[in-house]
Amino acid sequence: MALEYDIVVIGGGVVGCAVARELSRFAVKVAVLEKEMDVGLGTSCRNSGVLHAGFNYAPGSLRARLDVRGNAMMDDICRDLKVKIKRIGKLTVALDEEDETTLHRLKEQGDANGVPGLELIGKDRMQQIQPGVEGSLALYSPTSSIISPYGLTIGLAENALANGVDFHLGQQVVSITSLAGGGWVLGTKAGETFTAKVIVNASGLFSAEICRLAGISDYVIYPCRGEYYVLDKRLDGTLKALIYPAPKKNAPGLGIHLTPTVDGNILIGPSAEYLNVPEDHSCTADVMKELRREGQELLPEIRMTDYIRNFAGIRPKQTPPEVGGNKDFVIEDRKDVSGFINLLGIESPGLTCAPAIAEMVRGMVERHIPLHSDPSFNPVRPGSTFFFSELPAEERASMIADNPNYGEIICRCEKITKQEILDAINNPLGARTLVSIKYRARASMGRCQGGFCVPRITRILRDEFGWAPEDYLKRSTASPLFVGNVRPVKGGGVR
Amino acid sequence: MNMKNGTIPTICREVVVIGGGPAGLAAAIAAREAGCGSVLLIERDRILGGILNQCIHDGFGLHTFGEALSGPEYADRYIGKFRDLQIEAMEETIVLSLSADRLIEVSTRGTFQRIEAGAVILAMGCRERTRGAISIPGSRPSGVYTAGAAQNFMNLENIMVGKKACILGSGDIGLIMARRMTLEGAKVEAVFEILPYSSGLPRNIQQCLNDYGIPLHLNTTVTGIVGAGRLEGIRVAQVGQDRAPIPETERFVPCDTLLLSVGLIPENELTREAGVEMDPVTGGAIVDDSFMTNVPGIFACGNVLHVHDLVDWVSMEAGEAGKFAACYVQNGSCALPCLIPVKPGSGVRYTLPQKVSGERDFVISLRVAAPWRDRSIVVRSGGREVARQRHMRLHPAEMIRIDLRKEAVAGCPSLEVVVE
Repeated sequence: MALEYDIVVIGGGVVGCAVARELSRFAVKVAVLEKEMDVGLGTSCRNSGVLHAGFNYAPGSLRARLDVRGNAMMDDICRDLKVKIKRIGKLTVALDEEDETTLHRLKEQGDANGVPGLELIGKDRMQQIQPGVEGSLALYSPTSSIISPYGLTIGLAENALANGVDFHLGQQVVSITSLAGGGWVLGTKAGETFTAKVIVNASGLFSAEICRLAGISDYVIYPCRGEYYVLDKRLDGTLKALIYPAPKKNAPGLGIHLTPTVDGNILIGPSAEYLNVPEDHSCTADVMKELRREGQELLPEIRMTDYIRNFAGIRPKQTPPEVGGNKDFVIEDRKDVSGFINLLGIESPGLTCAPAIAEMVRGMVERHIPLHSDPSFNPVRPGSTFFFSELPAEERASMIADNPNYGEIICRCEKITKQEILDAINNPLGARTLVSIKYRARASMGRCQGGFCVPRITRILRDEFGWAPEDYLKRSTASPLFVGNVRPVKGGGVR
Repeated sequence: MNMKNGTIPTICREVVVIGGGPAGLAAAIAAREAGCGSVLLIERDRILGGILNQCIHDGFGLHTFGEALSGPEYADRYIGKFRDLQIEAMEETIVLSLSADRLIEVSTRGTFQRIEAGAVILAMGCRERTRGAISIPGSRPSGVYTAGAAQNFMNLENIMVGKKACILGSGDIGLIMARRMTLEGAKVEAVFEILPYSSGLPRNIQQCLNDYGIPLHLNTTVTGIVGAGRLEGIRVAQVGQDRAPIPETERFVPCDTLLLSVGLIPENELTREAGVEMDPVTGGAIVDDSFMTNVPGIFACGNVLHVHDLVDWVSMEAGEAGKFAACYVQNGSCALPCLIPVKPGSGVRYTLPQKVSGERDFVISLRVAAPWRDRSIVVRSGGREVARQRHMRLHPAEMIRIDLRKEAVAGCPSLEVVVE
């Protein structure tokens, strides 16, 4: 039996979740179909976690408009959804005359785009902002910021859910059929059927494929991988602002740089390498070596012991390798295919643009379905922006006295408490893989990479849900953690 | 730091030991036996004993007790004594911070408190080096574990981590786990070691690999991890003298599990926070012949100080540290000026303690930089030979201890230890 919706959003990345949350303001039935077992596991959680100011994009382009708007929306969103954001600003640095010309051009472009507070600054101001930074001139953009990308995606999703959106996880769309009288039928790999009056295609790397299922063959997505290193928190505080090199012509990204994260790590990356397959998140020896070299050059204090993890994200590019550079987003309400709203090629700055894209999509949906405000909409997500360990000692002491679970540390590196693990496990979306717990509670993201906490989390999951070893998954049913018991369990308990 | 606060209870103890593994237990016992009345041991796990609890194989305590005990049995000897002496322990308690003036913040279920310590003994042990730390390329499937984490799952949680395993690194835990997985029905394909020699104890090579026909491939490393969901296999290649993989030797080994036994890192985050000066080679604190760090009243011992090969040496070293910590609180200070530096010379990777007083007998612990046959370890001061120890076999996997009497180093401005 088909599940009936007004709007089905394909893809639970940051854009899909932002669209879902925006539509949850209205009295319509909305579903998000996500092929993974949690939201945000694709490109949305695999990036630098940077909100861009908006000076890098041609005036009049979607990216210019949506980025400036999206950036401006983020303070309210982060406050309401309890997402970490730090408005640390950015220095785009010129090392030679060519770069200086670029910076002057970017300043003009940014002003034209309405980017607030842009300034070209000389060496003295540069040193004040980031002691030791090299370069003769910099473009300072105070609205450039860092944010938790998974925090934002999860926050948007949970708030959408609280406001009535259905999330169907583990549902990969494999067929899309238009109905004679208008509307759509979507079939998934798991055998579920959904109907929708309007489809929003927010499927990132798979957006061209989803287009083809709906009979649109205009687009090709060229996956372009970016690899990163994550550095130990030992170096927290080293970077006072984002520091980027002046962009080079036709480069597929903004160049390898160091990015502080809202949680106190530093990222080195991203590289840029076109792939033949859509989803290979491997890290490669050559790129890793290059990242280490460049990282060392940018920050000589980096020691071998500071490398704690690698990851890779993939940009859904519309430009093939031989062209390079990037193309403006496709955000369209197809005239030829009625009721199909297409969001395609949303690479950087998609994270920043997401809420502005969602507003735009809302306008498009309104052409098909009347949208009446739902008076029960609540933009606020319960909970705290901060991890327990970030609270003042006195506050922690009283919270521990009230709830002993706050006194028990499960992840020693990140000082994550049992209550935070329980909250993550019992998240409203019902995502219970190890990766889901990691993105919500930060457990296993520290320097020991789960050596200490994963056995403890395993125990908590067993106590909460009575799981057998086979039930534990890293990120999907294809990635079981364990194969069984060592010895048969007698009398129905391990201990 | 704000020492007193209305809402946070603060208690005082003479000696506070951080960590209830073999080092912490022995240190606490020694401090009590030295006459210190108020000794507190803080342990983050539910039970005392530390990593010994998951080491269900035997071979512990040959030197101390003259018999081969299992890890829990060895721990139990010390826990028994600890209980007999009625030493105070806080289990399931984690230290959140440590300041140079020895103020400790701890968190327990239901309680957050501060402890003012007369002396602190750091005995936090070490953690395992991870995949990220050694930058193994490839995807990030499930089935890649550090050997110690796999040991925890198997021995404490009754959870089998995989059916067909490879092991990278021939550290002792890796070797022990090769045997353990085999005994529980898994197929262990091979152990790969990037160095030209094993980094585990010879007895473990024999008893854990050779006895079970598990091959050890030296000069070989993992060059790639393959698998989208669960691990599907690894790429391995031989390495040249520069330890860089030789591409033409690369091959694929199918397996669902990769255990990493690629080194231990002393867990010194608290130590650094307290402003203790560190030795970049050992990864632990710099200490004098009383195991005191540069921060007065903060002592260190066991694997948090330097990674040991045998638990017997841990207990012995920790006993010394406990005794000196007790002395520190009883006498205000019993630190003697330690002006004689002890330095590793040719063929020696590190020496410990890093400085001595020359006013009392002491032990130099050291590790050599490479395997040798028929060499001597020589302690020198300038041209003068202070001590010499002949070894048929020297191996980086084995820690060497040299007992020195204060008379032997009288008048020495500095000491150097070399392999000859």
